[in-house]
Amino acid sequence: MNKQMAQYIQGNLTEIISQWQKKMKDEENERSFQMMSEELMTQTSHEFAELMISNLLESHQAYESRLNDFAEKVVRLGWSITFVTKAITHFAEIIYENMTREEIIHEGNIAAYVKEFSNWIAPIRESTIQAYSKTWERTVSLQKIALQELSASLIPVFEKVSVMPLVGTIDTERAKLIMENLLEGVVKHRAEVVLLDITGVPVVDTMVAHHIIQAADAVRLVGAKCMLVGIRPEIAQTIVTLGINLNDFTTTSTLQRGVEQALAWTNRKIVEVED
Amino acid sequence: MSDQSSVEILTEWDIVAARQLGRNVAKELGFGTVDQARITTAISELARNIYLYAGKGRIEIQQLTENGMKGILIIAADSGPGIPDIRKVMEDGFTTSGGLGAGLPGVKRLMDDFKIETILGEGTDIRATKWLR
Repeated sequence: MNKQMAQYIQGNLTEIISQWQKKMKDEENERSFQMMSEELMTQTSHEFAELMISNLLESHQAYESRLNDFAEKVVRLGWSITFVTKAITHFAEIIYENMTREEIIHEGNIAAYVKEFSNWIAPIRESTIQAYSKTWERTVSLQKIALQELSASLIPVFEKVSVMPLVGTIDTERAKLIMENLLEGVVKHRAEVVLLDITGVPVVDTMVAHHIIQAADAVRLVGAKCMLVGIRPEIAQTIVTLGINLNDFTTTSTLQRGVEQALAWTNRKIVEVED
Repeated sequence: MSDQSSVEILTEWDIVAARQLGRNVAKELGFGTVDQARITTAISELARNIYLYAGKGRIEIQQLTENGMKGILIIAADSGPGIPDIRKVMEDGFTTSGGLGAGLPGVKRLMDDFKIETILGEGTDIRATKWLR
């Protein structure tokens, strides 16, 4: 029966695809299909149809690798998972209707065919969803790694002076990372002054302030001084309104001033050289 | 008249989403950078309270127009344990989580109007408004 269905689909492929495309275009809220070029649409439609048939003909393994390729392609095209599941349902519907109309499916074998259809469609759906979530999970974990690589490294700029530029949102996990890198870096670079640059931190709320204060306290314990630099005017106002006490800190508006101050603390200064 | 949108708070990253939403609405309404920072910080505090103390809840952002004045309303609602002593949490420096204890009183100062309703065991509803001047 599998073979029969596959043969039927292959024999009437052009018609089925055009019916299916029409149905998909009628779907509301789905721009992805309407915006595709004619050529690309024909190509993806055929690929989709082939994938559907391959589950009837090929071994499970061959089908799975093909499905993975397809899912990745679909993800890149920006098809939503709702759209893909709809596409599968419509495809099966059209074939069922056509086969009924042509009386290949009749009262005598309808029960067997219904079972056959559900055996055919259910695994496709399941593995599509699986392929999707796998792609998502991979993307998310890669981005997480990328984010971690971006966050919080301590850069030695002068002897005894190091800078840690903070960029982006600080959550609990990053706050931990900042603290670890800060302390490790201070010891490793033998820093006496550390400048925490918060120019790139969009919001300084009480939690972020709390983490910064804790980090500075810890730095003090390992024998270095901590300075908070890059405080934008609007952040300064919010900090004051919130009532956060940063009196124990030396703070400056820009990194440049911070560096000058840090050099002064270590009894040095930058001078212009005269010829 | 109001226009609203909301963010469910379940994870720490939802706080960022709520903040982003608030910032966009504030920008659209024409708030300056200082007020934008105040509004986003207030949202950040309220959203973090939901995340820390209630586990889940929602932040709603509404645009307000009243007597020709424009404003932004932040609603932070949860079905958490509620707050036993409101007077205490509105004191500077009071904290149950080892934080700075500047959250709620800070939000009150950052915004123009601040209302808090809480029922023990049923949840908390905080409404804070900032008017455009």
